[in-house]
This record gives sequence, structure tokens and C-alpha cells, in this order.
Amino acid sequence: MASLAFDALTKSYGSVQALRGMTFDVRAGEIFGFVGSNGAGKSTTMRIALGVLAADSGTVTWDGRAVDHAVRRRIGYMPEERGLYPRMKVGEQLVYLARLHGLDGRAARASMEHWTEVLGVAARRDDEVLKLSLGNQQRVQLAAALVHRPDILVLDEPFSGLDPVAVDVMSGVLREQASAGVPVIFSSHQLELVERISDRVGIVRAGEMVAVGGIDELRSTGVRRWVVDGPPPGGWLGSVPGVRRVDGHDADGRVVVEATPGAPDDVDQEVLGAALAVGPVREFAVLRPTLTELYRHVVTADAPEQAGARA
Amino acid sequence: MTTDHTASSDLGRWAAVRLVAGREISTRLTSKGFLWTTAALVAAVVLAGVVAGLLGNREPEPQVVGVVGDASAASDQLVATAAAVGVTVETREVEDQAAGEELVESGEVDALVTGTTPTLTVVVQDSVPTALEPVLGSLAQQLALSGAVTDLGGDPAEVAGAVAGATPEVTTLGDAPQVDGAQVIAGYLAGILLFIGLMTAGQLVAQGVVEEKTSRVVELLLATLRPSQLMAGKVLGIGTIGLGQVALVVLAGGGTAWAFGLLSTSTLDLGATAAWALVWFVIGFAMYALLLAALAALVSRQEDVGSVTSPVITLMIVPYIIAISVTPWDPDNPLVTWLSFVPFCAPMIMPVRVALGAVETWEILLAAGLSIALIPLLVWFAGRVYANAVLHSGGRMRLKDALAGSKAS
Repeated sequence: MASLAFDALTKSYGSVQALRGMTFDVRAGEIFGFVGSNGAGKSTTMRIALGVLAADSGTVTWDGRAVDHAVRRRIGYMPEERGLYPRMKVGEQLVYLARLHGLDGRAARASMEHWTEVLGVAARRDDEVLKLSLGNQQRVQLAAALVHRPDILVLDEPFSGLDPVAVDVMSGVLREQASAGVPVIFSSHQLELVERISDRVGIVRAGEMVAVGGIDELRSTGVRRWVVDGPPPGGWLGSVPGVRRVDGHDADGRVVVEATPGAPDDVDQEVLGAALAVGPVREFAVLRPTLTELYRHVVTADAPEQAGARA
Repeated sequence: MTTDHTASSDLGRWAAVRLVAGREISTRLTSKGFLWTTAALVAAVVLAGVVAGLLGNREPEPQVVGVVGDASAASDQLVATAAAVGVTVETREVEDQAAGEELVESGEVDALVTGTTPTLTVVVQDSVPTALEPVLGSLAQQLALSGAVTDLGGDPAEVAGAVAGATPEVTTLGDAPQVDGAQVIAGYLAGILLFIGLMTAGQLVAQGVVEEKTSRVVELLLATLRPSQLMAGKVLGIGTIGLGQVALVVLAGGGTAWAFGLLSTSTLDLGATAAWALVWFVIGFAMYALLLAALAALVSRQEDVGSVTSPVITLMIVPYIIAISVTPWDPDNPLVTWLSFVPFCAPMIMPVRVALGAVETWEILLAAGLSIALIPLLVWFAGRVYANAVLHSGGRMRLKDALAGSKAS
């Protein structure tokens, strides 16, 4: 299956190392959520894919072939810094952009009409972009990324500044595009959203990919935790080696227990047994970390000096 | 950068340039500001033509000279003498001196000839009108000469014929200046029009480049276009619309001049002047616009356009001032002559000299050739600076860095 592969990209701005061997891939038909703190290198990576920035080394390939100008024309791009001609009418602007990407006049117009309709800005086609609210400008910006029927979507923070309805519309569009076989890569700081709509997630820190995988895959790796709704932990927990209580994670009398490194695989059975020995256990469950927790864990863990560059 | 471009792109290189240029053109054609400026220029040149037509076509008022009785024989001679020195004289016979003097006092006649023998006698209100002075002086001499010839027994008519036929043999050491009023006006108009046209179009290029940077749309565009295509499309589009603007004004001006018959007495070659003005607009625009596009790409905010482009603006203003302050009066001034060949000065000065009829065709071609020869270098320079600077955001990029191709950020 075709994939958009980023291989060992490096890039520095003067003395600041923005990318240090960024490597990952986005497969056709999947939504890839790209997360990381400001300045971690997300935008830099995307801009290199679009050729608006040159990498110092490393390659970006699509279906095994270097992403060149011809491939780039088939990419739908939403830059981090939004950009449209402020004094050009929405419809004319989208038609123009579609034609720049190679659509003929008629196809460009039809596509413009389709996407303004889908994204709910059809009524504003004859308005200049600057007359639209920021949210609507954002919708037009997404339409600009989609209007030439791209084979690949690269969206830098497409959800920022959108109201919940627009978020739903946009997620629906991304899902639909992915279903049609388009690889979709998007960055976001809204981790719950990323968790909800992404097939796979990449967490980037200081110019490197530090964790990448499916949501479930990511959540099931790392630290193992359980939630126990049962007897107060005072007596029984201390008798189990290799686990400790996590402070501040218990609510309604429930206890969160975490395995320490080196604990045996079946330590969960020992925890359950110890609790049952003391009193009734009403709930015992694996506590999967949310993406937010994973992210905090990954991003703050022995972070090297943060790349100060604009990502 | 990985700019290994395969030919599989479905939109040709020039098709993209045409699309960009087309957007520039349609943007201007729907811009109220641009349309009003063009309308104002056309109106100004038509108005100037109309005013010149009304002033120029008005015959100077004839001088009315009253002639008393027996002096009326000299009427024809008076009119002929006046015509010889370029004054229109109307004679009016009056019955006697008293009636004539009344007319002089009332201002109905400018002068009254009361007698021709033995000498010319004239009555005026307070002094002889300036226009009539040479006429009356010349007439008096002719009359005196005729009297003397008659006294000597000769035939005054024969002598008069010989006198009239006598002309000096003149050897000219230099070309007489052949500047006439229409040429001076055409020179001014050519200079002013080219300046306004080039300045307007040049500023549109600079502002357009920065607008794309400020609005960040350039990043979206450059994901599908090469910088060279974007720059070329912009320059060609604005150049086309600017040329259209100048051509419209030239047509309006030429049409007005023709309609009012302003050129019937002039040596002005309107066709050549107009054609060369358009050619020089194209040459000048190519040069200035490329420089302006490159320099404007160095900054990201409209406020900074002025300072970054000021060297080029100066390069336009100085030759323009020379073109309209010195050239119309002294088209062969050595400084003007030299500068009219220098690229960046030629587009402002040469059209004025052409309008004044002060240059040979080979001189125009040489000047044009020198300027055109520089254009490939400017294309290279502008293409390089623009490509390296246009994605740079933040503060002003140094020209040296842009030329060296330092990384954008």
C-alpha cells in the first residue's frame, strides 16, 4: 500500500536544530495525528513535504518515489499560517487555486461549488475572504486544501479556532477523504480530538518522533495501571511487591495502582488477590492512559533542550 | 531543495504563469482604484488636448487700421506688409480725419493712417500698438523709397519687385532647433505619462509581492508553483495591464490631438512618438518591475515596502526630473543625450527626446538594445533574490543573504 514516508529528515535554523532525523510514515487511507509541543518540528516537517522548505538531509517519498513537484501538486495543504488573498472573492479564489493545481475551468468551478457546499460556506462565495469570520475563513482554507481533489492531505492545525459544529464537519471530511484512500496527516494540540479521529498518532519531541502507533497500541504500552474499587489500600497494597499507589488518581474511594519497572507480567493477579483477601472488590480494570497522559509522559520525560525554532 | 521536476505535471510551465498573470489582470480590472486612476489619466490628457485645441485654434485678433481718403491707395500695401511680418491687419476706410480720430478714441480702430505722401502719417490713441510697429515702420520705409525712386525718374514698382526678391544668402553652421510647441507638449506628456505609468505599475508589483507574503498565501501558492512562475506571472500580468493603461492614454491623447487638428502645423511625428512611448514603457517596466519584485520580497509588511524599494524609486524619479525639466528645452543637452542611452535612465528620457524629434532612429535602437541587454541579468538577479526571500518571514531579509541563497525560515 502506498505511503507517504518521511525518512531521517534533519533541518536546522542557524544554531537551532529543528529536526533530528524525523522518521515516520502515513499510509494511504489513514488519518495520522501529529502531536508535539510548540517548536517540536511538526510544521517544519510538513513544510518540507510541501517543498516550501528544504531539508538539510533526509527524504520524503510517496509510494516509494521522491516527492517532487508533480507529486506536490497532488497534495492538499493547509499551512499553519493561514493564507488566502484577503480581497479576492471566496469562489474565485478557490477556482483559481484549483486551476493552479491543474484542474480545468469547469472542473475547478464544480469542485469549488461542491466544497463550499459541504463546508457550509456556499452562501459566501461572492464575498471577499476578509469579510468572513475567522471560523468561516478556516472553512475556506480547508476548501482550498481540498478543491483540487488531492491525493494526499497535509493539514497543519486544521481544527484550531473552529467551533464544535465545524470540528464535526471537518472531522467528517477527513474521515471521508481517508476512506477514499487519501493519506491524511494533521497536527493538533487538541489531544482528545486527535485520539478520537486518528487511526495512528505520532508524538514528536524536539525534532524527533518519540512515539508512533495506533491509539490502542500506544495506550497499551508504557506504564501499566489498574483501578481498584475495593477495600482501602492501607493494609493490602503494601504486601504486593512491584507495585505502588498513584497519588491523586483515586476518586470515589477508588485506588489507582501502577506497576513499577521490573514487575512480573502477572502482577495484576497478585494485586487483585491481595485486595480480595481484605474485602469485596467492586471494580478492577486496566487503566489505559489517555493520549493526553501519554503525551505528558513522553514529552516531559528527560526532554533534551527544546528546539527553540518555530515548528 | 529537492526540485527534481519530472515532466509529468499536468499543467505546463507557461500555463501556470498565464494563470497567475490572468489573476493579476482580472484583479486590476475589477479594482475601483485602478479603474479610477486610468479614467483620471484619460480625462486629463483629453482635457489637455481640448484646452490646447481651443487656445491654439484661435486666430490672433486682427489689428484694425483706419485709412483716410487719399491714403486708401496704400491699403493693399499695408495688408501685404503686415502679412509679411506675420500680423493680420484689417483696413477700414473712413471719410475724414475727424471721423477716424473718433474711432481711434473709441478703440474701434487701433491706428489711423491719415496720409502717405510725403511721409506716412498715423494717429493713435497713446502709442502705436506693438504689433503694428514693424508694419508701419516697414510701410513708411517703402513709401519713402517709392518717393525717392519716383523723384529720380525710376519705376517704383520695378524697384519694389527687385527689393522684394532680394534675399540674403545664408550659410548655416549648425542645425536650427526645430522644436515647436506641439513637440514640447508631446515631450512633456510622454515624460509624465511614462513616469506615472511605470511608477503605478511598478508599485503594484511591489505591493502585490508583499501582499502575498503578508497574507501568507504565498506558502499555499508555492506548494504548487515555482517561485519563478509566480514572479513571472505577476510581472507579466501587471505589465500587460499597465501597458493597456498607457496605450489607452496615448490613444486618447493622440485622438484628441487629431480631432482638434493640433498637429497640422507641427513637425511632431505622433505615430512614432506614441509607438516608442509604448516600447519604452515595456522596456522600462521589465527593468524596474524585476528589481521591485526582488526587493519587495525581502520584506513582509506593506509598511516596509517604501523603504526597501526607495533605491529603485529614486532611480525612476531622478531621470524623470531631468527628462521633463531639461529635455523639452534643450533636447541635445550633453547630459540628457548621454543619460538617454543609460539603462534605467533611458526609459524616462528617450521617449521625451523622441517626441521632440531630437534623435535618429539608430540612437533609439541603440538605447533600447543597451537596456534590453541588461534584462537577462535582471531576470537572473530578481529570480534568485525572490526565490530565496519570498518565503522568509519576520524582519527584513538582507539582500546579500537573499542573493547568496541562505535558508528561509
